[in-house]
Amino acid sequence: MLVDSPPQPRDGTTSAPPAPTAKRRTLRAAGLFASVGVLALVAVASIAVGAKPMPLGDVWHGLFHSSGTANDVLIHDVRVPRTLLGLLVGAALGLAGAVMQALTRNPLAEPGILGVNAGAAAAVVSAISFLGVNSLTGYVWFAFLGAGLVSAAVYLLGGSRAATPVRLALAGTAASAALYGYINAVQLTDSAALNQLRFWQVGSLAAADMATVAKVAPFILVGVVVALLLARPLNAMAMGDDTARALGARLTRTRVLSMVVITLLCGAATAACGPIVFIGLMVPHLVRAITGPDLRWILPYAAVLSPVLLLGSDVVGRVVTRPAELQVGIVTALIGGPVFICLVRRRRMAQL
Amino acid sequence: MQRLSAESVTLGYDQRVIAKDLSVEIPDRSFTVIVGPNACGKSTLLRALSRMLKPSEGRVLLDGQAIHSLPAKKVARTLGLLPQSSIAPDGITVGDLVARGRYPHQGLLRQWSPEDERIVQESMEATGVGGLGERYVDELSGGQRQRVWIAMALAQQTPLLLLDEPTTFLDIQHQIEVLDLCAQLHEEQGRTLVAVLHDLNQAARYASHLVAMRDGEVVAEGAPASVVTAELVERVFGVRCQVIPDPETGTPLVVPAAPRRSLVG
Ligand SMILES: Nc1ncnc2c1ncn2[C@@H]1O[C@H](COP(=O)(O)OP(=O)(O)OP(=O)(O)O)[C@@H](O)[C@H]1O
Ligand SMILES: [Mg+2]
Repeated sequence: MLVDSPPQPRDGTTSAPPAPTAKRRTLRAAGLFASVGVLALVAVASIAVGAKPMPLGDVWHGLFHSSGTANDVLIHDVRVPRTLLGLLVGAALGLAGAVMQALTRNPLAEPGILGVNAGAAAAVVSAISFLGVNSLTGYVWFAFLGAGLVSAAVYLLGGSRAATPVRLALAGTAASAALYGYINAVQLTDSAALNQLRFWQVGSLAAADMATVAKVAPFILVGVVVALLLARPLNAMAMGDDTARALGARLTRTRVLSMVVITLLCGAATAACGPIVFIGLMVPHLVRAITGPDLRWILPYAAVLSPVLLLGSDVVGRVVTRPAELQVGIVTALIGGPVFICLVRRRRMAQL
Repeated sequence: MQRLSAESVTLGYDQRVIAKDLSVEIPDRSFTVIVGPNACGKSTLLRALSRMLKPSEGRVLLDGQAIHSLPAKKVARTLGLLPQSSIAPDGITVGDLVARGRYPHQGLLRQWSPEDERIVQESMEATGVGGLGERYVDELSGGQRQRVWIAMALAQQTPLLLLDEPTTFLDIQHQIEVLDLCAQLHEEQGRTLVAVLHDLNQAARYASHLVAMRDGEVVAEGAPASVVTAELVERVFGVRCQVIPDPETGTPLVVPAAPRRSLVG
């Protein structure tokens, strides 16, 4: 090494004064820890609270000493899978949104902008209408296929190796517009499919069962791990392509992996409960206000706080209109809308 | 054999050729300055030398190997580049931005260490932004911001450092500060520096090796005293001038000819 770096004494007397940076890091770690605690509470609430009121003793019984009472079955077959799915889908949507915003350097990027939602939806619509697929587990594969195909197409249309944030976003928007046109056309000509789709399109956790959870879990877990590994290269890319390359980041690989992650996360989440768009847009913004622009913090925070919002909204949806339920996609939009407007009005949110 | 050189490279964007059959050697431990008129291909050459741009013909050699065949991070530990323009992520602090210069030294198994912390602090102090660590980059002046970017490049700790117009946007005091810093890195730490500069007199003062470009070609190279002549300035920039010895340093000083009355009036 040509640079002079005299060995530092290990006792720490000459080290730089403990900068507020260190303090901030501790704060962020504490905040993340607290967020996990909140998530645990919300998960418990999601199991304990429902359209059908249930004493806590029954909840405990259903979870740990299940003997097949009506309430035990409700806990086992409905609320636990619903909660698990909420955790998975929430984390997936939040992470996908955060990765998209970093990838496109576009603060409004969301599963809609890169066309992933539209791709998943178009594939599901086709499957229902033309192939007669009517089970939720059947949707998964089609939604996934659609999301994957559209992600790849958007990447190619966006200029592949020469992809820029603007070109990617434009390609995604164009693809979404075309695909939603197709979806509407199919729905208009096939009223039987329309009924089935209406529910799915709003976004709901109500139909969750263990089979769905088991089907989407592997995709989402792989997506979560890869997304977290992308934090540092995405950090480098936030400073412009040349600077990122100068730092040794591999742009094409990072872009392709990001698209794969987005496809995995959005495809699986959208397949399981329809497009719940708002979380992927809003949570990363909320998180950025807490953590600043460092993706090594943004991504884990988003993965923890998104399911808090999703599950929280789901619980709210179950109680406000008892005994009926409000779909979670509607609740997140109702809760999230005003929050999001506040955020957008803040100066720092204007750009990434 | 020099550590960094371009061997008859052809450079361009899409189909447009900017430079053809261009060969440049960067002398080891030199402070090489590239001068030339706007759009003559200085940044393009720098991008090729730093692996940003792949030559359509010929190759760039780093330590005897084709730079495009080397792993990205390995190159980034040897050679740093300060591009002509970079984007500061919104809401990033100076300390965090400079810390990102440590990227090529980190990996899955090698995360942030006190050593990194120390290097970041040193880099900030070297560029005179040591006290700005907690400030937001987007709230700094252009000159402060430029020094923050240089600090980031320094934190990369590369023996070779390429700077594209590091003094643009700086007032004369900060220009001199940045150039003194470069000279210090070059002389005291033995780093090889390559910088694009627009001020010929500064180039002549600070460079140990000067490369003059025009229309994608190297017109002259060598010690500033032999390169900077009235004929060359006229040939490269189309400006008539006198070259006199710099009263401070004895290096060539370019004094442009006074405008002819007929042109002004
Ligand atoms: N990304 C690009 N795509 C297409 N053409 C480009 C690109 N970058 C530069 N060029 C063109 O290449 C030529 C050389 O540009 P370059 O940036 O190397 O000039 P330069 O010598 O650095 O000029 P300046 O002093 O203005 O920075 C110019 O004609 C420019 O228009
Ligand atoms: Mg240039």
